Amino acid sequence: MVQLQEVTLDELKHLVSDRAIQGETMLLNMGPQHPSTHGVLRLMLELEGETIINCVPDIGFLHTGVEKNMEAKRYEQAEVMTDRLDYLNTVGNNLAYCLAIEKLVGLDVPPRAQVIRVILAELQRIGSHLIWLGTQSLDLAAMSMFLYCFRERELILDILELVSGQRMMTTYIRPGGVWRDIPEEFYDAVQQFMAMFPTRIKQYHGLLTKNPLFIDRTKGIGVISAEDAVAWGLTGPSLRGSGVALDNRKTQPYTGYEEYDFEIPTRTAGDVYARYECRMDEFWQSLRIIEQGLKKLRELDGAPVRSSNRKFVPPPRSELGASMEALIHHFKLWTEGFDAPAEYVYMPVSSPRGELGVYLEGNGSNKPHRVHWRTPSFVHLQALPVLSKGLLVADLVAIIGSIDIVLGDSDR
Amino acid sequence: MGIEQKLANLGIVTTTLEKAVNWSRTRAMWPLLSGLACCAIEMMAAEASHYDMSRFGMELMRASPRQSDLLIVAGRVTRKMAPVIRRLYDQLPDPKWAIAMGDCASCGGVFNNYAIVQGVDEVIPVDVYIAGCPPRPEGLIHGILTLYEKVENERLTKWR
Ligand code: SF4
Repeated sequence: MVQLQEVTLDELKHLVSDRAIQGETMLLNMGPQHPSTHGVLRLMLELEGETIINCVPDIGFLHTGVEKNMEAKRYEQAEVMTDRLDYLNTVGNNLAYCLAIEKLVGLDVPPRAQVIRVILAELQRIGSHLIWLGTQSLDLAAMSMFLYCFRERELILDILELVSGQRMMTTYIRPGGVWRDIPEEFYDAVQQFMAMFPTRIKQYHGLLTKNPLFIDRTKGIGVISAEDAVAWGLTGPSLRGSGVALDNRKTQPYTGYEEYDFEIPTRTAGDVYARYECRMDEFWQSLRIIEQGLKKLRELDGAPVRSSNRKFVPPPRSELGASMEALIHHFKLWTEGFDAPAEYVYMPVSSPRGELGVYLEGNGSNKPHRVHWRTPSFVHLQALPVLSKGLLVADLVAIIGSIDIVLGDSDR
Repeated sequence: MGIEQKLANLGIVTTTLEKAVNWSRTRAMWPLLSGLACCAIEMMAAEASHYDMSRFGMELMRASPRQSDLLIVAGRVTRKMAPVIRRLYDQLPDPKWAIAMGDCASCGGVFNNYAIVQGVDEVIPVDVYIAGCPPRPEGLIHGILTLYEKVENERLTKWR
């Protein structure tokens, strides 16, 4: 058996109230092994009866040391680490990191690559929201939703596999564009998904939106006002549920989002149900973006998908036999990589959870000096005590689901 | 030649105790509902409608270690999580098995650094390793079938 450390209550003095130390209220441990903490999150709950007086999140059970690890790798090598941060938004992480590199070294991205990036990022957004929907409903005892959501997600994973060869960890977006052009079957696969998905969204609405059991567990639960939500740093659908239409795709457009016609859905109630409605509406907006993207992609057929700047992007295989210069570039890039100046950039993108930002600092060499991730889950978790105060333990489960945390994202 | 032929009409099968018990162990092996990282998402995908692991007697994932037989370590094991994994494993009632799903759980994967335990076998005994980052759901199912093979060939003297 493992020896467990004895913790005296005095050590918790700064975390819980005096009443807990005196034994008037109960301290309850939730997690890290718990079915509805969405990963390895530990919460220490201070309860009076079943009412939550305080909730102290204990994170770090998935601390992977990604940021430090990335400093030991060349810029392009470090990209594989980014997939594994927020593993429901792998394409989005690649995108944020590549955009940061491009900003740091001043690399251009051809238009076709930008369109592919947008389509994949939006597909991934749908996929991520599907997991959120499935697990949140599962926590609220709607088992069938979980099965339906995973059924649809498989189609998205099939598309990702089609373009990159991997279901989840794609590393498909690369500095200066994407790894290679999409296969011809991509259009059909996406079109099929687009044709099928709207009816499925309606099915989800039919199962949940007016379901009295679902409404009872979500309406008026975990309310946060717009001012508080901004003050606590919430972003993404968690913020939009409180009525603030903030989205990096609109405020600081990247990879050509300014050319797409879409809206930012908001609600004003600020409760779990409002956040649910926001995410459900985002399904429609993502579909809209993908549709426009597909049209653009057709127009750009045959255009290059990666920058031709040979200082940063290796030449295609076909050039290697014919050009000495290409051979040298290829060799240099795969043995040494490229150097980045001793400057720093911050690149925020809109992940399905909120603002995902990369702080990237170069030092003139081929490895980053410092990489830091501003991750939405980490920021959202700090708002958990505020959201859950005075509610029941069963409500806490709904709230954890509604701020849509991914522990890989928060602990890194 | 002997008794089986005579009894066949009665619908009776004779076998050894060893085989019967091993067979029953593999037909309702309940895994612990515990996910650590990315691999857990693929484990959920394997459980869900498309891959449907219940075809192999695994429709139930139990959230309590006391009710499960199998620990699927799905994801990277950090130094902070390792004691918890060990505790969970200790809490599983015998007979119990463990699968290391994914490169991280098997050997640390891409994370060779201060935070990750380089393979969960430093903490608990592992029966089957599944390669991949993350392994496809088919990979997980293959791993589970491999485990079944192993269990079916377990000897009475080695029973836990
Ligand atoms: S093996 Fe890969 S997918 Fe699995 S937990 Fe490790 S990094 Fe994630």
